[in-house]
Amino acid sequence: MEKMEINVRVKFFAAARESLGTGEIGLTIPTGSTVSDLLNLLTEKYPPLRAYSRFVSVAVNRAYVGMQTELRDGDEVACLPPVGGG
Amino acid sequence: MVERFEITTEVISIGDVVAQLADPANGAIVTFIGVVRGETDGREVRYLEYEAYPEMAEEQLCQIGKEIRVRWPSIRQVAIVHRVGRLEVGETAVVIALSAAHRSEMFDALHYAIDRLKEIVPIWKKEVWADGEKWVNALETH
Repeated sequence: MEKMEINVRVKFFAAARESLGTGEIGLTIPTGSTVSDLLNLLTEKYPPLRAYSRFVSVAVNRAYVGMQTELRDGDEVACLPPVGGG
Repeated sequence: MVERFEITTEVISIGDVVAQLADPANGAIVTFIGVVRGETDGREVRYLEYEAYPEMAEEQLCQIGKEIRVRWPSIRQVAIVHRVGRLEVGETAVVIALSAAHRSEMFDALHYAIDRLKEIVPIWKKEVWADGEKWVNALETH
């Protein structure tokens, strides 16, 4: 039988990490949730993230993905602000 | 064939990165060295704080190496090392080194490597001034 919920780990960096006070949180979300669903849930639950969510790119298991990507149990989701190395 | 794609918290030795590419088949090595500048838009910078998503950043550096080989098959070796943590003015933040038998196209490939690094590698930097600090937003700057 398919589980109704999945667990994901979400990582934050730079300004979003500082405003949240932590670099990683664990979340239980409904099976079938997309990246977009997850971002909506995060900004509802953690209002300080609202300032950053518009500009964020997302990586799942260390690869860039689109907002409609469906998440799976155990995924590592990273919210990446616009990068700026060098 | 030496390849090095690394995120490090240690001081980067430019000489070590270049020495790793030593090979009798090489006729030229080009390097880009990014250093911490002491001012931005007229404002004095005390130091920079670099942060990375290290596991993904190293994979993306490796990806840049692959892209360079596809576009410029004459490039023999690629090394990219980026430092994170607190960096003082004048310290080396990144070293990119490429080797080839001949110099043609190497500068194009080097330019491409820097542009891609700023585009796809998850690294961020915070400028710390005497009277404040700010995460640099790549979308706002030139």
